[in-house]
Amino acid sequence: MADQLLAGPLASLRADRGGRYFLCLLLATAVAVPLLNSLPGADSALHLSSFTMNLIGKYMTYAMLAIAVDLIWGYCGILSLGHGAFFALGGYAMGMYLMRQIGTRGVYGDPVLPDFMIFLNWTELPWFWHGFQSFPYALLMIVLVPAALALAFGFLAFRSRVSGVYFSIITQALTYALMLAFFRNDMGFGGNNGFTDFKDILGFNLQAPGTRIALFLATALGLAASYLLCRFVVSSRAGRVIEAIRDAESRARFLGYRVESYKLWVFVLSAIIAGLAGALYVPQVGIINPSEFSPTNSIEIVIWVAIGGRGTLYGAVVGAFLVNFAKTYFTGALPSFWLYALGSLFIGVTLFLPYGVVGAVSRSGFTRLRGSLS
Amino acid sequence: MPRIRSRSTYPALLLLLAGGVLVAVAAALAHAEPATSAAFGADKKPDLPSLLTALPAASFAEKRLLIQQLLALRDPRVRTVLQAFLADTLVARTRDQHVFVGESSDEHPGQLQLTDALTGASAGTESSDDFDVIGVNNQLRKELRVALAQFDLASPDASVRLAAVKEMLRALEPRTQQLLRDRLGQERDASVKREIQVGLALADLDSDQAVTRLAAVTELSNSLNPDVYNRLSSMTRNSVDGSYGESDASVRAAAARSVRSIERYRSFYAAIQTLIYGLSQGSVLVLAAIGLAITFGVMGVINMAHGELMMLGAYTTYVVQLLMPGHIGASIIVAIPAAFLVAGLAGVAIERGIVRHLYGRPLETLLATFGVSLILQQAVRDIFSANNRPVITPDWLAGTLQINDVLAITYKRLYIIVFTFALFLALLAVMRHTRLGLEVRAVAQNRDMAKAMGVRTEWVDALTFGLGSGIAGIAGVALSQLTNVGPNLGQSYIVDSFMVVVFGGVGNLWGTEVGGNSLGVVNKLLEPYAGAVLAKIFVLVFLILFIQRRPRGLFPQKGRSTDG
Repeated sequence: MADQLLAGPLASLRADRGGRYFLCLLLATAVAVPLLNSLPGADSALHLSSFTMNLIGKYMTYAMLAIAVDLIWGYCGILSLGHGAFFALGGYAMGMYLMRQIGTRGVYGDPVLPDFMIFLNWTELPWFWHGFQSFPYALLMIVLVPAALALAFGFLAFRSRVSGVYFSIITQALTYALMLAFFRNDMGFGGNNGFTDFKDILGFNLQAPGTRIALFLATALGLAASYLLCRFVVSSRAGRVIEAIRDAESRARFLGYRVESYKLWVFVLSAIIAGLAGALYVPQVGIINPSEFSPTNSIEIVIWVAIGGRGTLYGAVVGAFLVNFAKTYFTGALPSFWLYALGSLFIGVTLFLPYGVVGAVSRSGFTRLRGSLS
Repeated sequence: MPRIRSRSTYPALLLLLAGGVLVAVAAALAHAEPATSAAFGADKKPDLPSLLTALPAASFAEKRLLIQQLLALRDPRVRTVLQAFLADTLVARTRDQHVFVGESSDEHPGQLQLTDALTGASAGTESSDDFDVIGVNNQLRKELRVALAQFDLASPDASVRLAAVKEMLRALEPRTQQLLRDRLGQERDASVKREIQVGLALADLDSDQAVTRLAAVTELSNSLNPDVYNRLSSMTRNSVDGSYGESDASVRAAAARSVRSIERYRSFYAAIQTLIYGLSQGSVLVLAAIGLAITFGVMGVINMAHGELMMLGAYTTYVVQLLMPGHIGASIIVAIPAAFLVAGLAGVAIERGIVRHLYGRPLETLLATFGVSLILQQAVRDIFSANNRPVITPDWLAGTLQINDVLAITYKRLYIIVFTFALFLALLAVMRHTRLGLEVRAVAQNRDMAKAMGVRTEWVDALTFGLGSGIAGIAGVALSQLTNVGPNLGQSYIVDSFMVVVFGGVGNLWGTEVGGNSLGVVNKLLEPYAGAVLAKIFVLVFLILFIQRRPRGLFPQKGRSTDG
């Protein structure tokens, strides 16, 4: 049984050439980046700054998020315009743990209450903050909160057969409502400013080089694990059903498959991956605030997947890296150009590259092959 | 005009006392010393020219008598003189003591624009150094205000009389009270009469006769005047030392009854106000959604750039105002067709360039049009700067409709409700009674069949999209009067407008109208209990749950379809 469990993902990888390339590249990055960051001196040409390492780490959490979206959109045809909400919820859960770790080192020095609560004249910790001082509990919440929301929301939506654009619109409303809610000070999540000024994680200083490298490696591991898990799911028997639902939902239902349950479980799995990505994102970036819930963010995630090429998983990773690298570069170099470029990219990709960058590359290889045969 | 408003009674009392002493002294003086000018002769009836001539040299006490005499003339010219006197613009030329109304002008500093006080004829401009202002003191100002009010009380125009009554009620003294009582007998206009009655009853509450107070309390039982409410409720309350504001028990009981009655009226009008506020907020939602009801509802295209098309409409308003700076009032009217054209053409361009290639792939359309929205936002940022642009509200849109003392509605709110409804009806008429509307509905129902019947579907697609986009532009004109005109204007409405269309039922214009307005009213009803943000969250959650129950909205489109 254990054999089969392990054999599953590995067997599925055998037919997945793009995935093998991706995992090899990821392994190389995970080894090279920390080495280049710590071994050469700061003035060496080979030295990689902590800032760059942090940036790559951030992109990797985005890539996890993109994989989560590709799983439901590329394979199950569910376009969620609210996946940023799950990412942000995971991030907030991690942020709550990090806030509790600050302890007496806050501006007001209260051993229990975070600074913003003192600022609001609160005298005791709200009930939902209890337990977050312990890492295992926080980890549990990072998984459970997005999963529970996805379960409740998906259960209602899929059971009443809300699908297509209607589903997209209500997921957008969901993340919008959450954004408005988290902006409120009374919610107990720091309102407008969110959480920042973190000190420690698991007793290690967040600014220390060793902690940064460890976080980087954890993110690389998380990305690899998410990829393998999703690859396993989509190449399993259930994955076939999921693709069938994407292509002809009614037909799959008439053949006797419980369409709603399949959709629901894929949706929940995707939300958990998104939440974990958010939890890895927060300690590296050092801040989480309600703007992570904004509907525009969620649309941008979908764009990464579309640009990379949906329905391939590694395409999502490529898209997340490409778009975010371009964003970092252009917002620095040509700020006003960036939105034009991004806008044109969306239009161009949907019109001319329906299978994304990955699809275009593999397709051109395919046509070259065919050309040489004839 | 400086206004003296005494909030506490003590300064007013002191003033009265001081005034009384002054009057007494002045009267004594006037008696002791025969008047220097002809105007003071008791036997000879003075006329306007002689009174005016006497004014510059007169002492304050003499001026007071002069005012009384001027008033007694019942001459319409006197009003201008008194008003100028009160505003410190009544001047006398130093060399001949001729009296003018002299307004200082902005174009010529140090100069006075003169009007002859007697004839009302313009007398050119002269240096202000040659003139002395005919001085007034506070006592005289009060006198002048009463005199003016008395003058206006006899005006044939009811609105002038009403204003005069209100002016007099601000500081009621025995003399003006008597004036009002006299007026009450002959007053024919209901609202003026009512105002006088309320004012006098309020004064009667201070009477030392319990019967008078009781009558006054009963009289006031259906008045919505906030002063009345405060007075009556203070009568029923315990004061600090344990005594009631009102000593007589029966009067107190009557006051309590009156307070309850007033509260009933107040809550009734508060409900109406909530309804109207809700409808106006809902109308904004409908405005944002109604263009979408065409592009999304009828054509099934998810146009994420819809908000940016509204933004284009708002910026068109701004540009139109720049082009016609002298005619702000008309600019809004001109902006409506202009915005329709700008946004409509942009819509046609989007349809021809992008959407056309993506029919049948709604999710891709969503992404591509989101790209369009980013480009439009950045374009506006580059052309007009990232800051909000000031759009001027024309005078005819500003102001408040004061229905009674507790119900006041800004004209903007009323206009937005009317405008939205008119736009909705116009759109409904286009869809139902024009050739275009017929073809649009035909294409939406069965594209192939419509094509076979000779409908140029491509052309219809472009025009439909243009129509929906143009309507968004018109909505932008209205929004420019309500919110900030900036590059982010569109984004703030995009979630709301899609929700309204889905809530109302896709493909149904009535659904959008009813859905948007009911959401607005629900939002306003929740606001007092939950606050604006939480109310909005509740509405969103309600919508999410509602769509689960009825995925096709309030008014689902009838027909047979499957996801194929």
